[in-house]
Formats: sequence, structure tokens, C-alpha cells
Amino acid sequence: MQPIIRTEGLCRNFGAVVAADNITVALAAREVIGVIGANGAGKTTFVNMVTGYLKPSAGKIYFGDRDITKLKPREVMRIGICRSFQIPQLFPELSVLDNLLVAVSSSDGTWPSFVKPLKSQARIDAAEQVLDEFEIVAFRDTIVGTLPQGIRKLVDIAMAMVSKPAVLLLDEPTSGVSAAEKFAMLDTIMAAVSGAGATVLFVEHDIEIVERYADRVLAFYDGRIIADADPDIALNDPDVRQYVVGSEVHRRQEGP
Amino acid sequence: MAKDRTLLGLTLALALLMAGMAVFPQWLTFLVMMSLARGLVVLAVVLQMRAGLVSFGQGLYYCVGGYTAAMLGSLYGVHEVAVLIAATILVSATVAFVLGTLLSRYRDIFFAMLTMAFSMILYGVLVKSSALGSTDGFSLPGMTFFGWTPETQSTAVYILTCLLVYLIALAYHYYQESPAGYLAGAIRENEIRVEYLGSSPQRLLHCKYVMASVIAAVGGLLSALATGHVDPEMAYWTTSGEFVFIAILGGTGHVAAPFIGSTLFSFVQTYAYQFFPYTWQMVLGLVLLLIIVFLPSGLWSLVQRSGSEKPRAADH
Amino acid sequence: MLTLLAILVDGLNYASWLFMVAAGLTLIYGVMKILNMAHGSMFAIGAYTSAWIAGWYFTGADSMWGYLLMLGGAIAAGAFVGLVIERGLLRFLYGRDPVVMILLTYAVLLILEDVTKLIWGVDPYFAFQPYTLLGRTQVGPLTFANYDFGVILVAAIIGLGLWWGLNRTRRGKLLLAVIHDPEMSVALGINVRAYFLLTFVIGSILGCVAGAVTAPAISVAPGIGVEVIVLAFAVVVIGGLGSVGGALAGALIVGFSRATAVHLLPQVDLFVIFGVMSLVLVVRPQGLFGRAQPRKI
Repeated sequence: MQPIIRTEGLCRNFGAVVAADNITVALAAREVIGVIGANGAGKTTFVNMVTGYLKPSAGKIYFGDRDITKLKPREVMRIGICRSFQIPQLFPELSVLDNLLVAVSSSDGTWPSFVKPLKSQARIDAAEQVLDEFEIVAFRDTIVGTLPQGIRKLVDIAMAMVSKPAVLLLDEPTSGVSAAEKFAMLDTIMAAVSGAGATVLFVEHDIEIVERYADRVLAFYDGRIIADADPDIALNDPDVRQYVVGSEVHRRQEGP
Repeated sequence: MAKDRTLLGLTLALALLMAGMAVFPQWLTFLVMMSLARGLVVLAVVLQMRAGLVSFGQGLYYCVGGYTAAMLGSLYGVHEVAVLIAATILVSATVAFVLGTLLSRYRDIFFAMLTMAFSMILYGVLVKSSALGSTDGFSLPGMTFFGWTPETQSTAVYILTCLLVYLIALAYHYYQESPAGYLAGAIRENEIRVEYLGSSPQRLLHCKYVMASVIAAVGGLLSALATGHVDPEMAYWTTSGEFVFIAILGGTGHVAAPFIGSTLFSFVQTYAYQFFPYTWQMVLGLVLLLIIVFLPSGLWSLVQRSGSEKPRAADH
Repeated sequence: MLTLLAILVDGLNYASWLFMVAAGLTLIYGVMKILNMAHGSMFAIGAYTSAWIAGWYFTGADSMWGYLLMLGGAIAAGAFVGLVIERGLLRFLYGRDPVVMILLTYAVLLILEDVTKLIWGVDPYFAFQPYTLLGRTQVGPLTFANYDFGVILVAAIIGLGLWWGLNRTRRGKLLLAVIHDPEMSVALGINVRAYFLLTFVIGSILGCVAGAVTAPAISVAPGIGVEVIVLAFAVVVIGGLGSVGGALAGALIVGFSRATAVHLLPQVDLFVIFGVMSLVLVVRPQGLFGRAQPRKI
């Protein structure tokens, strides 16, 4: 099976800092990949390069057969790769519904209409459907700036899902979310996402999340991939233990 | 529905203004014409303000519009308004397209200062040009209006102004409700997300810049027809500053605000000049300060949630 | 060949006062992240003050004290206006939305433009005595006013002073830290607010001194403030916001561009300046010495 996304020798430096060092990896369709690594290891840089926000210093990125190295984020989005952000990138003064509507109308085509109204029934229905999948219909008319972090994360991801992408890259979906809520949140996300048959790559610091949801783990360190395997194998790899996970794994006590 | 209300409101206003023509005294028709013409420039400022861009140099296109008309009329013997309208739109759109390729890459103070700079450049060029009358400017001859030669120019200009403003205001209203218009707020709040959602903020802003410029130029054309005269003052920074001032007072919420604001401003200015001939700028500045300090919500349409820098989208 | 010499001297002359104005503007921006649209008004105030002093002093006497008085007057004016604006207005409004800050400095510009009209009237001032007093130098068929060389000297002294102050004194290095990262500076215990005040006053003084020094060579009239801010903006954009070295580079570039245009084709001088600026921005959007923005997402 041809990989859906493939990188070859991806490199990126910022002056003397090597943020990505020869990253060569292939992601298959419908895979769920967990990306782990300490802060500064190059995980978000990787996502930024794949989605066209950052130009690699060297290397190539392929979507199927197509070389997408030089595409801009909006072009990458059009071919079916979407992402969410470490810090949710939303429109703080609009309501949740309006945020989704902007996403829906932008996914219609590259050049937005100048005449027909934005808020058509079709778009509102599409937006509400996504809200439903993410179980945030209750927040429909809330101004985004006032939302708690967990809901903001969900809105952020919902907006990325609107165009039903083939590949979804999630940057730290549970950061800032309480331990009690994180599994519920990821259950919701995964249900919505696997329903669409997408490939999911999520960057996470929370090893429990990675163990539970990932088919495959990529461990980053110092801009390189130091492990690429099933969670069981990768998480017990001595390098990964030394540089990422920690030598002892503490399990959270199951609550009452 | 709000859409119908605005359509209704604008049509009603048009009807009233047309009817008023029969009863208004001369000075009032003139004031209305000028207010509407200048209101168009304010509308242009508002269009860009919704995207978070403050144009301190909209007078550039106000002046371009006026001078295009005046030059065609005076120097090239064009006497038909339809030609003037077409020429104004063409010239302003071309200039805006070129300048917009640079300006659409900048935001905040960069954009503001660059627009002011370009406007002052035109001012400088016109002042030094004796062929175009230098600081005195020059006049336009009488015109025919789509083939019709009116008895009094002012009647025809009044009708033309009301109609053009009506059409532009209506188009603007529908535009603001459309995705392209609505994205202005989104761009202002989070450009990076807009890019990631599939649109190009830079291209959209380039578009808005061109649209705003054409609207302002039409305002300049109408103003030139109403007064029969153009001068470099149209591109001077104080003129642009007044447009910004009215835009802020009126807000970016409703299409009628620039025109109502412009009319009120004209009234106040006429009287204020009697009391503050040398300190008009200061009065404007103080009022602006008071609004900023005491009524931050008065600038609700401009203020972001947090004071921190918003992320910029990658180029293009 | 002689034209080249004329361009060289004129270019250096323009660059000198442009540097002084731009240095103030860029320092204020670097430290406070505010592009003060009213900075041109400082130039105007400095010019009016010194022209007025010159007119008063040089009618009777003709000694070097006149120059010191002019300079002193400008420094005093700059310090006073800078203090009033920072303490009376700016310090209550730090951290507000960028658009609000633009409108704020614009409001100050409007006010100051009329304040200068109220104080000094609308007729132009020609304070030529200080300019002619220093005599002329003949180079072939060209004559140069010695005053113009004096301006270059003053700018050089100020430039050196700024360099030394920023890089060799403790206060200066702390200021550089504040420019680099205000939040971190606060966390390290630097009294950032005090530096804001200091910077704004110094920046305003620089603007005033630039005006004072230029006044004898020009006609001081309403509107020069805005003309100057437009030029100063081009200079700091080319040089990179927040960099005094950049202000120097930008001033030289703009100064020589303007001098070239004025000698060869005067009508296009502003076009040339902004053309050069556009070119620089296309190649290097953050300016020659500007720092690239850190990652936002």
C-alpha cells in the first residue's frame, strides 16, 4: 500500500539550532500515530513543515505521488491535510457557530463568494453537524474568547475536521485539559475522526493517551526520530526511556 | 430579516433624498452631495477597518478620482459623465492593484504609515505640478449625464450622487454578508487560521484594498462634480485624517453610519470653523483621545481580545 | 564629478538629520513597541524653538553662544514635551491593541500640529543667520555652507554617543535587553516602566535636536512635522525597527537617494525614496538590521 504521507530527509534549522535532522517517515492511510518527544525535540516543527507553514531547509514531502514540499498551508488544506494547534487558533470574538461557519465556507472553494450570504441554511446545517459530532452543540452561540480550554481545543479540532480531510494532524490535543476530561475528549475526537476514515497523527506529552489510542509511535529527540514502532516496543526502547518517557513509568491510580 | 431591513432602509433614504431635492434649499443639497461623496471615502476606510487595517491615506484615491475626472474634463475635453465614471474606476483600480501588491503584505502601523506616505507623495507631486494648477488646483467644465444635458448641473449631480451612493451602499451591504466580506473580521482576529482554512488573507486584503480605493475614487469624482473643482488638499494628510475620524465615530457596524457620520461632521465642521479656525485638528485630536481613553468600547470594532501580537500568516 | 561631490555632501547632510530623527523613532519603537506618529511633531517643535531663539538672539549678537542656546532650547523642549506625553498620557495606555496605539499617537499628532500653530503662528520662519554665520567653503565652482558640515558633525557626535551609551554603559545594555524582550526584562527585575519614560524622553529630544539643527537651513512652517515622519518612517523601515544601527544605514540610504534625485530629477525624490524602501522590503521584509519574528504557532 502506498503511504498517504511520506517525508524524505526532511531538515530544518534556525541558525545554529537543528529543529529537524533528516526526518524520513511514511504514514499509511487510516493509521493512528502518536508523536512523542521532549519540548524542542522537533514535533511541532515537523507538523509545521508538513502543512506548509515552514519551509524545510532540505528534503521532500509527498502526499501519495505528489510532491507537496513547496505548497502553502491553504493549498495543503485543499489536498486534504488539516491540523489543529498547540494553542487553539480561533476567532475569539465570534461565536462557536460562526467560527465553524467560517471554516465551512472557506472549504467551499479557494475564492470565497463576494455576493451570496455566508449564513446559508446548508452551511449552518453542516456546521451544526460537526458541532454535534464533537458534542459541543451546547456552546453553539458562546463567544469563543470566553470558553474553557478543553472546549476551545475541541472547536479548534472541529474546524480542522470540517473539510473532511484525509490526514489530520493534532498538535497536543490534551495539553491544558484536566486529567479527568482528557480521555472523554479524545474518545470524542477519535469517534468523529475515524468515522471519516482519516489518518490521524497526534503530538502528545501524555504517555497514557499515546498508549491508549496510537497504533504506532514516533519518538523525536533533538530533531531526529529515535523510535518508530508499536507503542509497546517504542515506549520500552532504552533511548526513548532515556530521552522522552523517563526511566520509570508511573501509572495514574484509577479513580473511584 | 436584517438584510431586508437594510435594503428597505436604504431605498427609503434614497426616495426621501430624491423627494427632498424639490424642497431643499441650495446650501442643503450641496451639503448632502458633499456629505454623501465624502461618506463614500469613509465607507472605504470602514471596509478596510473591518479587516483591522487603518488607512490614513485614503485621500490618495479620493484625489485620484477627482483629478482623473477634472483632467479628462478640462484637459481632454470629455463632457460625458459616463466616461468619467468608467475612467475613474479604471484608473483607481489600476493604481490600487499596483500599490496593493506591496500594501497587502503589511498590517498595523506599517500599513497605516505606508498609506499616509503614498497619499503625501501624490500631494507633493500635485503641488509641484504647475500644469495642474499647483496648490490652487483647477476646475471642471459642465457635463452631460448619460446623454442628458441638464438645465442645472447641481440637480444632475445630486441625482447621480444619490443613485451611485445607493448602489454602492447596497453592494457593500451584500458584500459584508458574504464570505469574502465576513472574512475581514476573521483575518483581523486570526490570519493564520484563515490561511489554514483554505483562503489567502493577503489576496483577500489586496482585493479589499482595490475595492476600497475604487469606492473612494468615486467619492472623489462626485465631490469634483459637486464643487466643480479639485485641488491637492484632497490628498493631504488632514483630509484623510478626517475620514478616519468619521469612520471611528460611526463604527464599522452598519453601512449607513459613514454617510450619517459624514453629514453630522460637515454640520459640526462648518460651525466649528467659526470658533476654532486654527485649532480644528486639535479639537479632532482631543475628541479622538477622549474616545480612546474613556470609551474603549467605542472602538469595539477595532479592539482585539488581547493586547498581544496576533500571529501573521506566511506570505501569500 | 562635481555633481558627485555635491551629492555626497548633500546626501551626508540629509542623512545626518534623518539619522537623528529616525534614531529617536526607532528607539521608542524598539523599547515600547509604539511607532510614534507624532515624532515628526517633535522635529517641528525643535525647529520652531530653535528658529525662534535664533531670531531673537542673532538679531543683536552673533557669537557661538547662539548655537548653544538653540540646541539647549531644543533639548529642553524635547524633554518637556516628551515628559508631558509619556507621563500624562502614554503610561496609562500601554499594552492596548495595536490599532488603538496607532490612533493614539495620531491624536497626539493632530494636537501637536495645532499647538505649534498656536504658539508660533502659521507664517514660516526663516532663521538664516546661524546658517550664514559660519561662512562658506569653495570647492571649484561649488560652494558649500560650513553649517552643513556642522550638521554632519553633530550627527556623528550623537551617533557615537548613542552607540557608546547603548553598548558601553550599564543602563544602555539594560535598555538593549528591554528592546529584545520586555517581558523577560520585567521578570529579571528591570524597571521597564522607568526605561519607557527614559526612552521616550530621549527619543523626543533626538527628534527636537534634529529639527533644531535643520531649522536654519529650511523654512520652518506648518506641515514639516508630517513630511518628516513620512521620511523617518521610510528610514526606520529600511533599517529595521528597533535598531539604531539600522537607523544609520537607512538614513544613509535615504539621504543619498534623495540627494541623487534632487540633483538629477527633483520631482521624483519621494518616489525614489519609497521605491528604494519597497525594494528593501521585498528582499528583506524586516528591514536590513531587523530581527525576524519568532514562531507564533
